[in-house]
Amino acid sequence: MIRSVVFSATVFVALITTTQAHKVWLRPSQTSLSGNDPWVTVDAAVSNDLFYFNHFPLGLDNLVIIDPNGNQVEGQNQSTGKYRSVFDVQLKEKGTYRIAIVNQGLFASWEHDGQRRRWRGRASDFASALPEGATNVNVTESVGRIETFVTNGAPTETALEPTGKGIELIPVTHPNDLYAEEEGTFQLLVNGKPAAGLEVEIIQGATRYRNSQDTVHVTSDDEGKIKYTWPEAGMYWLSTSKSDSDTSIPNATQRRLSYAGTVEVLPQ
Amino acid sequence: MRSLLVLLALASLMTARLSAADLTVNVEIPRLDVSEYHRPYVAIWIQTPERKVAANLAVWYQQSAGADGKGEKWLPDLRQWWRRSGRGLEMPVDGISGATRPAGKHELSFDGKGKHLSKLKPGKYTLVIEASREVGGRELVEIPFQWPAKSQATETRRGEEELGSVSLKLTP
Repeated sequence: MIRSVVFSATVFVALITTTQAHKVWLRPSQTSLSGNDPWVTVDAAVSNDLFYFNHFPLGLDNLVIIDPNGNQVEGQNQSTGKYRSVFDVQLKEKGTYRIAIVNQGLFASWEHDGQRRRWRGRASDFASALPEGATNVNVTESVGRIETFVTNGAPTETALEPTGKGIELIPVTHPNDLYAEEEGTFQLLVNGKPAAGLEVEIIQGATRYRNSQDTVHVTSDDEGKIKYTWPEAGMYWLSTSKSDSDTSIPNATQRRLSYAGTVEVLPQ
Repeated sequence: MRSLLVLLALASLMTARLSAADLTVNVEIPRLDVSEYHRPYVAIWIQTPERKVAANLAVWYQQSAGADGKGEKWLPDLRQWWRRSGRGLEMPVDGISGATRPAGKHELSFDGKGKHLSKLKPGKYTLVIEASREVGGRELVEIPFQWPAKSQATETRRGEEELGSVSLKLTP
């Protein structure tokens, strides 16, 4: 029960991210590892500041961790607290893991008995939630991806292959091979196809210790590529969103897509 | 007769020794006055002007068995070495991996015909020494050089924190 409440709240928060200042994120304890079966611990939260726990935890129901062989693995020691969710990942394989929360659902509104109703949840629960005789039904599909990347040993790209759902970030520069004062290039896909003209927000972490957010906006080119030269080492948050009408849920008239990724930039 | 042969053999050995270009690295690990001292992890390699690793000379890290895998867990702290080379290697690497060393001066000699240097084509290179210490700092010192050397030469640099005097001696 509590989990589904957290899930709904998460979807809600993910939806309002672009209109308000809330930021959804996963933040790994470190991104470049070595040794025998090293572990990372990952925080999942929604906040105003990066990367601080001051607003809301992210639900972990839709956690999808892909290992370097392309297999799905479990997040260990999952826990959701007041301000953050936490889980651990044991990196049993050499290579890159993609750690993501992929929220797919819908939000709807309708009129029933003369009153306006709003609803958010999974597509499969919608039919039973919609009362008989509802009118002016408005359904919006939502696909939100929140992710980060962690590598044991040398970076690999199997886990980063696109799933074709929602907005995805594909490496040109590997997300675990970013260094201060070097240019990084990524390609953005929507439904597996290069997405031109997507505006991406890039914000460096530790916003609490400076006076401004220092948000940088980068727009994807004709091939869906964005380029950015990291000014200094640190954790960075990338975010973008898009609305279209390419829906896959019956009765949905529009679709809302969002993406939020965390990458670590290392010093020279 | 016999002694003449021995002399000849010795002489030819010495000529062989001299004709092979040699490379000697001296690394000083400073004695630091800190409350918690750990021996540094050190990587020594030769890279091209494009920062590609041309030869790995040495990596010193904790070799004794531990729960985290013989200290290999901390190898990414040698950031540049890890990026350029380490993360693609299966540790330990024969002839390169070694135990951490205490404060003091350490000399490493490499024969130009040996397995570390024999594949080094003539050209411009940089010797890189990177040191990183648990509960300490990280430092990287570079010495550019031309290979093979035309004449005997020694270049010296000094680190500021984690490395002391570092020198590269080239023998044609």
